[in-house]
Amino acid sequence: MIEERLEPAVIRILPQKGWLAVNWGELWQYREMLYFLTWRDVKVRYKQTILGASWALIQPVMTMIVFWIFFGKLAGIKSDNLPYPISCYAALLPWTFFSGIVTSSAGSLIGNERLVTKIYFPRLLIPSASVGVGLVDLIIALTVLLGMMVYYQISLSVGMLAIPILLILIVAVALGVGLFLCALNVEYRDFKYMIPFVVQLWMFASPVVYPSSMVPVKYQFWFALNPMAGLIEGFRSAWLNKAMPWSMLEISAVMSIGIFLAGVAYFRRMECKFADLI
Amino acid sequence: MIQPAIRVEGISKRYRIGARERSYQTFREALGETLFSPLRRMSQWMQPVPEAEMIWALQDVSFEVQPGEVVGIIGRNGAGKSTFLKVLSRITDPTHGFAEIRGRVGSLLEVGTGFHPELTGRENIFLNGAILGMRNKEIVRKFDGIVSFAEIEKFIDTPVKRYSSGMYMRLAFSVAAHLDPEILLVDEVLAVGDAGFQTKCLGKMGQVAKEGRTVLFVSHNMAAIQQLCSRAILLCGGKVFRMGGVESVISEYLAQSGNRERNSQGYLARNSSGTVELTSIEWIDHEGRRMSVGQCGRDLNIALSLKTTLPFERLSVSIGINNPYGIRLAVLHSKVAGYEFDLDSARHNVICRVPRLPLLPGRYLLDIKVIAGNEALLWEPQVVDLNVEGGDFHGTGRLAEPAWGGFFCMEQQWETRNGI
Repeated sequence: MIEERLEPAVIRILPQKGWLAVNWGELWQYREMLYFLTWRDVKVRYKQTILGASWALIQPVMTMIVFWIFFGKLAGIKSDNLPYPISCYAALLPWTFFSGIVTSSAGSLIGNERLVTKIYFPRLLIPSASVGVGLVDLIIALTVLLGMMVYYQISLSVGMLAIPILLILIVAVALGVGLFLCALNVEYRDFKYMIPFVVQLWMFASPVVYPSSMVPVKYQFWFALNPMAGLIEGFRSAWLNKAMPWSMLEISAVMSIGIFLAGVAYFRRMECKFADLI
Repeated sequence: MIQPAIRVEGISKRYRIGARERSYQTFREALGETLFSPLRRMSQWMQPVPEAEMIWALQDVSFEVQPGEVVGIIGRNGAGKSTFLKVLSRITDPTHGFAEIRGRVGSLLEVGTGFHPELTGRENIFLNGAILGMRNKEIVRKFDGIVSFAEIEKFIDTPVKRYSSGMYMRLAFSVAAHLDPEILLVDEVLAVGDAGFQTKCLGKMGQVAKEGRTVLFVSHNMAAIQQLCSRAILLCGGKVFRMGGVESVISEYLAQSGNRERNSQGYLARNSSGTVELTSIEWIDHEGRRMSVGQCGRDLNIALSLKTTLPFERLSVSIGINNPYGIRLAVLHSKVAGYEFDLDSARHNVICRVPRLPLLPGRYLLDIKVIAGNEALLWEPQVVDLNVEGGDFHGTGRLAEPAWGGFFCMEQQWETRNGI
C-alpha cells in the first residue's frame, strides 16, 4: 500500500548558503507536525500541577492587582475615564500573550535539541509551536475580562471586529523577535539571560500600566515605533469601547510585518548551521 | 531505465575543530570583535580558515544505491558514518557535492526522538509518529500494531516517565519500525535494549529488507550487517575505502587495526567538556611488565591512564569486550565489582586485573566508559584491540581447538558417579 507522500518524489541535497526563501509548500506538508508540537506543549503545560489551567488566570489577575495597587492607587496613574483594573487587565492580556511567545520561542530550539540534531523538518515549526500555548492561555484569561466588562457595565463595540487582526499582528511581532532570538541563542547562550529583563523593560515601554494618552504628543511618534504600543492600545480600545488609535496602528502594522519578515529571513539564513552548532 | 534510489556525488563535509567549544563563545566577544576591530574581523572573513582548524568528516564520497538494495555502512569510530547519514537525512548540509534521493525517506538516527516523559504511551505514539513523518490517519491505522509489537498494552495510558527503560525503548522502536518509507536510513539504533528485543528488532529489519525497500544501515555489528545487507561500504577517515560485496568489505574492515592513534594533543579520547582524558591503555603482567598481547589463562592487567582537570568523586570505569563482529561478549565494570574511586585533578592509572584471562585466542575490541554516578563522563566504543594468544587455561597442557568455536574458557570439573 502506497502511503500519501510527505516528501517530494526527488530530494536534492546541496550545500546551502546565504539568504534562502521560505519553502511554504514544505511548511504546508508538515502542518500535522506543527499541530502535534503545539498539542504537546499545550498538553504538557500544566501537567502535575494542582491548579492546572487556572494558572492562566491567576498570573494576569494577580499582576493586575499588584499594578492596580502600585500604579493605580499609589502612583495615581489615570486611565482615560476607565476603571484602572479593567484598563490594565485588558492590556496585560495581549502583553502576556506576546511575552509568552517571545520567551518560549526564544528557548525553543535549545529545548528541542534532539529534534534538531536527529530529525529533518522545517526548523521554523519549532518556534512557531509556541503560539498555541499562548493562545490557549489568552482564551482562558479572556473569561475574566468578560466578567469584568459585565461588572463595570462596558458594552460591546464594533471595534471588537479588529481583534483577530490585532492578534495576528501581535503573533507576527512575537515570532519575528522570537525567531531572531532563538537563532542567536543557538550560537550565543547570552540571550538566555538577556531575554527576561529585556522583555520586562519592553513592557514599560508599552502602554500596559498606563494609557498611551499619557505620553506627551511630541513623543507619540517615537512611542508608536514600538509596534506593541499600538497593538496593546488597540486591543484595549477594541474591548473597552474606546476610540481606536488608528494612526498608531498604521505604524504598528508596518513595523510588525517588517519585524516578522526580518526574523524569518535571519532564521532561514542561520538554519543550516543549527545542527552543527547547537 | 531504473533510476538509482540514492545517488551521492562527491559529498564532503567540513567541520571546524572545536566548533562545539566555539559555539559557546559569548556574544560580547563577537560583538566586541565586530564593533572594535571591524577591519580585522572583515579580513578574517575574507581569509579562509586555516586548514589546521578544519576537519573533513567526509571527503568526496560517491556511490549509488539501486531501489531495493540493502547496503551496510561500516567503519571505525570517527570514520564519518554518522555524519554521512546526517547529510543524507538533511539534518546538516554538505560542504561540497550533492546527493539525490528518489522516494519517501525515513531516517532513524535515534529511536524515541521527541518522546515527552509527561505524556502517555498513547500520546507519545501520535507525537513521535508525526515527528517521524507519519500522517495522522496512518498512525491511527497502525496504532494497534505498534502497541502489540512493543508489548505495552497494559501501560498505554501511563506517562512514559513511569516506564522501565526496556518498555520505553520497546515503544520507541516499535513506532519507528512501523514507519513505511521507500528508503530507510538507519543508524546504530539496534544497539539498544536487551538481547531478546535486539533479535526482534533485527527480525523486523530483515522483514523491511525483504519487502524490497531500499535501506542504508550503519552498524558496528558485523553479524547484523552480514545478515541484512547484500553490499557494504567501508568508510575510513571520511573517504570510501572499499565498496562491494558484503563479505569482502567486512574482511577488509576486520583486517584494519582497531588501535586508535593518539591525536596530536596526546590523548586517545576526551569528553566534550575536556575534563577527562583517556591517554593510554596498556596490558601489564603480574610483575608490572608491558605486554603486547594477552594470553589465555594468564593474569591480565588492563591499565588505563586517565587525566582529569577537575576532582571527581565516586567514579567507576566499564570496559566492554566485543568480538570483531561487534558482538558484546562481556563487560568489566568496576562498580558492579564493588570498586568506586575518587580522583583529584591529575594523571592516574586505573588498573583492572582479570585473573586467568578466560578469553580464547583471537582479536577483541574494547569499549571504554568512565562513569560518575549514573552519568557517562566519557564513552569511547572500540578504542583499542586486545589480541589474545592461546594458553594453558586449565593447567592440563591441553588447549581448546580453534575449530570448536566459542569465545571463552570456563572453569570445569568432571567426575563419574555410579549409576542408579
